[in-house]
Amino acid sequence: MKKTLFEKIWASHVVLQAPGAPAVLSIDLHLVHEVTSPQAFSGLRARGLKVRRPDRTVATMDHSTPTVKVSLPMLEPQARAQLEMLARNCEENGIRLHAYGSETTGIVHVVGPERGLTLPGSTIVCGDSHTSTHGAFGALAFGIGTSEVEHVLATQALLQHKPKTFAVNVEGARRAGVTAKDIILAVCGELGVGGGTGYVLEYRGSAIRALDMAGRMTVCNMSIEAGARAGMIAPDDTTYEFLARTPEAPKGAAWEAAVAKWRQLPTDEGATFDRSVTLDASRLAPMITFGTNPGQAIAIDQPVPGGAANEKALAYMDLEAGKPLLGRKVDVVFVGSWTNPRMEDLRATARVLEGRKVDPSVRMLVVPGSKQVQRDAEAEGLDRVFRAAGAEWREPGCSMCIAMNGDEVPAGKVAVSTSNRNFEGRQGKGSRTLLASPLTAAASAVTGVVTDPRTLLGA
Amino acid sequence: MPKFDRLTSRVVPLKVDDIDTDQIIPARYLKVTSKEGLGPALFTDWRAPGKPGAVLDSDEAKGCEVLLAGHNFGCGSSREHAPWALCGYGFRAVVASSFADIFKGNALKNGLLPVQVDPEVLERLHAARAADPSFSVTIDLETQELTAPSVAVRVSFPVDPFARTCLLEGVDELGYLLKHLPEIEAHERRP
Ligand code: SF4
Repeated sequence: MKKTLFEKIWASHVVLQAPGAPAVLSIDLHLVHEVTSPQAFSGLRARGLKVRRPDRTVATMDHSTPTVKVSLPMLEPQARAQLEMLARNCEENGIRLHAYGSETTGIVHVVGPERGLTLPGSTIVCGDSHTSTHGAFGALAFGIGTSEVEHVLATQALLQHKPKTFAVNVEGARRAGVTAKDIILAVCGELGVGGGTGYVLEYRGSAIRALDMAGRMTVCNMSIEAGARAGMIAPDDTTYEFLARTPEAPKGAAWEAAVAKWRQLPTDEGATFDRSVTLDASRLAPMITFGTNPGQAIAIDQPVPGGAANEKALAYMDLEAGKPLLGRKVDVVFVGSWTNPRMEDLRATARVLEGRKVDPSVRMLVVPGSKQVQRDAEAEGLDRVFRAAGAEWREPGCSMCIAMNGDEVPAGKVAVSTSNRNFEGRQGKGSRTLLASPLTAAASAVTGVVTDPRTLLGA
Repeated sequence: MPKFDRLTSRVVPLKVDDIDTDQIIPARYLKVTSKEGLGPALFTDWRAPGKPGAVLDSDEAKGCEVLLAGHNFGCGSSREHAPWALCGYGFRAVVASSFADIFKGNALKNGLLPVQVDPEVLERLHAARAADPSFSVTIDLETQELTAPSVAVRVSFPVDPFARTCLLEGVDELGYLLKHLPEIEAHERRP
């Protein structure tokens, strides 16, 4: 039978499927972080259990860590308690930890791919909804709740109902100034926040094939914003070239064998999906959100849409239907979060900022996704471009994506942000978020108002 | 996990679509290391006078175990703090016209029942609550029915059969998984 990429991975990981019960799914890699794990470890302890496969479990500290250099004892007490608890839990169970302040730290979904832990054909879970990011490598990766974190710690398996499949075809060549972020914002706009519920999305088509791994991760990252369980992209030479450069991917003969196996993964010609949608990438403009969910996205040069469905969001955002977003005053610009935290994103940002200044009325933060990215960016001199332009160059972390670490957008202020969520108060109580690409964010920082990056890039 | 079979309760209305988990419990409350004590922070940014969540602090809400919401409840992040906060407040069921995936799973694992009804039915329930603050509903997991005799509503709702058994018996999924450890280990040894 012809199978999709998802169906192949699913089939090879189902341990058993009793009638009337969800499947028991074997998990290859479990990523753990400080915020969604303490209660799971406590639950384990209460049952007298230990972590079953510490060798398949990797922990990082990222959500509540500050992005300015602070030593652990100086941290705010609750955040410190979480970090210390994770350290203790890892130590007791023999789990490898990329600790706060270490040379290999970073946002959990940046660290996995960067180290070569994220492999095609594998199942990956983490107590975080954006685990879908790893789908960029042709893995089945999805977010789980804390109870499930406990299940995986205890058994290295998970109970799952088989999701349905959804092909998202993106064809054609992107125009200048249009990035992976714009593709996924367009997909979110097309499907709406609940449109993908119950599905695993497979992004396909020439526009997806043309993306580098950073772009593919950006796309898969936001699958959850359309309600989907996971998002994935078939592995190809772009994937293998990326993995070959990572420190922990298989080497030598093991590598050759792995690649041969991975080449079997892509969806068979003629396999069918439960649903599909097709987008024309050549018609896309830079995208931006106007509302309070990621599905409320428009082309940057379009007027703000009205209608009953948008009323509450527009009131919160203080926007008027029918008026342009272009030219709207911006107070904060944030480049980072794991939607756009990689070298490619930082280079795009630097391309706009080079030789220009951030408008004095704007606070701009640039936050690398990991220590590794930070080092690479500094080696390339990108930090100097940011600083010379008047932007803040910070330590790696989630930062303003979640506003639980000291980095916040003040109430009532407007932020253009490369993160993935624009919910009410997501970037701080009363904050107003416009999601966009790094190019759009940087262009808006320079002018102090929402700006189409193509006007600065001469595109 | 607490057992769930049947409950009759007045309802707290929160008629907003696409309520995300950042509204249910904002990120700044995620620094806790236990599941307890999140009830007071439930919908905290919406609880000021004049906001949709002000009703949570009203006298009519006291002792209510059912939240009446809108469409696509619980979208956004996977934080299980959302059902913990809802349970901490005292809710045992949420009635909505649809739920986000991860939230639904998280809720069921904490004995909080997501009850999905048609938009028209939800509309009627909201109207009944608006007309009469003492309006109450009965939710029966055994028969999978929601009834509100005062407005002649009797509808069935879907529940995953496995989760239903777990809830009715008050057992959790981890017990089931642990029972199958030998198969899980054998699967890992496959080439
Ligand atoms: S970058 Fe944002 S989405 Fe990613 S883990 Fe951090 S807070 Fe969550």
